[in-house]
Amino acid sequence: MAVYRRSYKPYAGTLTPEWSRFLVLFRYSRRSVFRSKVQTGLFVICFFFPLACLILIYLAHSASFLAKIGIPAQILSIDSKFFFRFMSVQGALAFLLTAFVGPGLVSPDLANGALPLFFCRPFSRSEYVLGKSAVLAVLLSEITWIPGVILFVMQASLAGASWAWSNLWIAGSLILSSLLWIAVLSLLAMALSAWVKWRIVAGALLLAVMFFGAGFGQAVNAVLRTDFGYFFNLPYLMGTVWIALFQVDMEQAISITQAWVAILVYCTVCLWLLLRKVRAYEVIR
Amino acid sequence: MTTITQTGAPASAVARTQTGAPPLVELRGLSVRFGDRDILRNLTAALQGQAIGLLGPNGAGKSTLINTLLGFYKPSAGSAKVFAHDISSGMRPIRALVGYMPENDAFISKMSAVSFVQMMGELSGLPPEMALERAHEALFYVGLAESRYRKLGTYSLGMKQLAKLAQAIVHGPKLLILDEPTNGLDPSARQRMIRMIREIRDSREMRIILCSHLLRDVEDTCDEVLILKRGQIAHYSNLNEERRANKQFLELETYGANGDFTSAIESLGCECAVTANRMKMILADGIETRDIFRLAAEQNVRIRRLNFRRDTLEDIFLKAMES
Repeated sequence: MAVYRRSYKPYAGTLTPEWSRFLVLFRYSRRSVFRSKVQTGLFVICFFFPLACLILIYLAHSASFLAKIGIPAQILSIDSKFFFRFMSVQGALAFLLTAFVGPGLVSPDLANGALPLFFCRPFSRSEYVLGKSAVLAVLLSEITWIPGVILFVMQASLAGASWAWSNLWIAGSLILSSLLWIAVLSLLAMALSAWVKWRIVAGALLLAVMFFGAGFGQAVNAVLRTDFGYFFNLPYLMGTVWIALFQVDMEQAISITQAWVAILVYCTVCLWLLLRKVRAYEVIR
Repeated sequence: MTTITQTGAPASAVARTQTGAPPLVELRGLSVRFGDRDILRNLTAALQGQAIGLLGPNGAGKSTLINTLLGFYKPSAGSAKVFAHDISSGMRPIRALVGYMPENDAFISKMSAVSFVQMMGELSGLPPEMALERAHEALFYVGLAESRYRKLGTYSLGMKQLAKLAQAIVHGPKLLILDEPTNGLDPSARQRMIRMIREIRDSREMRIILCSHLLRDVEDTCDEVLILKRGQIAHYSNLNEERRANKQFLELETYGANGDFTSAIESLGCECAVTANRMKMILADGIETRDIFRLAAEQNVRIRRLNFRRDTLEDIFLKAMES
């Protein structure tokens, strides 16, 4: 089709299904994530630890090789603790990746008032949030539960069907703990980037919420001699849930139910904050 | 044809225009309230023109009306229909038909114009390849062909306005809503923008609602004008009919005219008022300008200037504001 003529013609072709429109936003946002060399580099680094775990699983089933290098086979035990450690490392990397990627998702649209252009189309606010959060959800899935499940499958194939059946719950825990962490990180990052239009500040604020929140919680605990300060400590809350999901024997100051409720409250508040800002025009009453 | 009724007019008065087609925009007692402030008050109108101008001073409620029609604000009372779709029963069908160019900056600075317009096309439902093709076409059409691969953040104000227009037309809407399209443009850029709006209007592929506080913009591009004042309809005017009706008013500047010339004109049935060498007259039915020229030739009067004196939009606007 020639594009050199200065003419206008109406469109009479087919339209894409309405349910798929959020994928447009997903596609464009994901493309912009990988335009940054830093973000691409960080994404690649996130696969180093899963690779190391893969090698460890292989070694754990290579008794002759371990004997040759003088390492007792009992040291490399592939159990729920192993996957809990995997999840802890990948969870931390997921947070780091979110701190880089998350603030760049919503703030550029808000910075120059592009939101009315999205919402004057047959495209809703929830589709916008879905499209943007899908970027983080897919990105973080690629470094958390997907490699986790691959490791589980690898271990199951080497250890045999009986191990796989008796430890199938570990795969469920991997997926559930990852999805929970992804939901918390995505909502928090997007809510912050919606309220703070400056991308760098939004990233710094995300780090602050995690680290200063933990510090503030400890201070509350110390001053008031209570455990309520842990409710300000998001990594601690998530750790409590993960410990329960992976059935790791570790003492926690708050109950699993309290941790679940606190995380759900965080998610709800973030969603509310996000939807308050993600609108075509703000009404000043 | 447009019907404007006063507040409380029977619904049937605005439901259909004289042509029988549903109006482009139908307002029925539409009110919008932010907190304790009434922004729009009981608007009732049915607009059907090809290009409708929304005029009014700052704060009159023009942009609020547009934003309400786009579903950005919820009415506190009354209802509105666009292409016979009620805004309270879902915005998707309306938004699928509309292209919107907002007043303020609206772009993503790190995207190139072509990617940005393509994305907007895809969000409107165009398949990716078609959206890319039409993005190029739209950018060519608005005159940004050479700079379509540049990032939008590097564009001048005029170029950003054109990019906003390109994204508004990329999906081929039936209604183009332009909110202050010439804001911040220099005279030549404004001329280009006005010319483009006129071309779109004359192509009759799209209806236009143009919101502006610049009378000249509306006068140059619209055939109907709705004037808002403090959230209420102050006046409606069909500019074409106004222009036709005012063809009866003439202003003459003459040399060598005397009482005989005036009497001769009055004998044709025209009303005449003379000040120095200027004459204002209302032509009688069946009398045309050639009759005036004939009389002038007979009386040896030179006509230096002849104007059809009509109410300019400025006069209409000022009258509406005074009312």
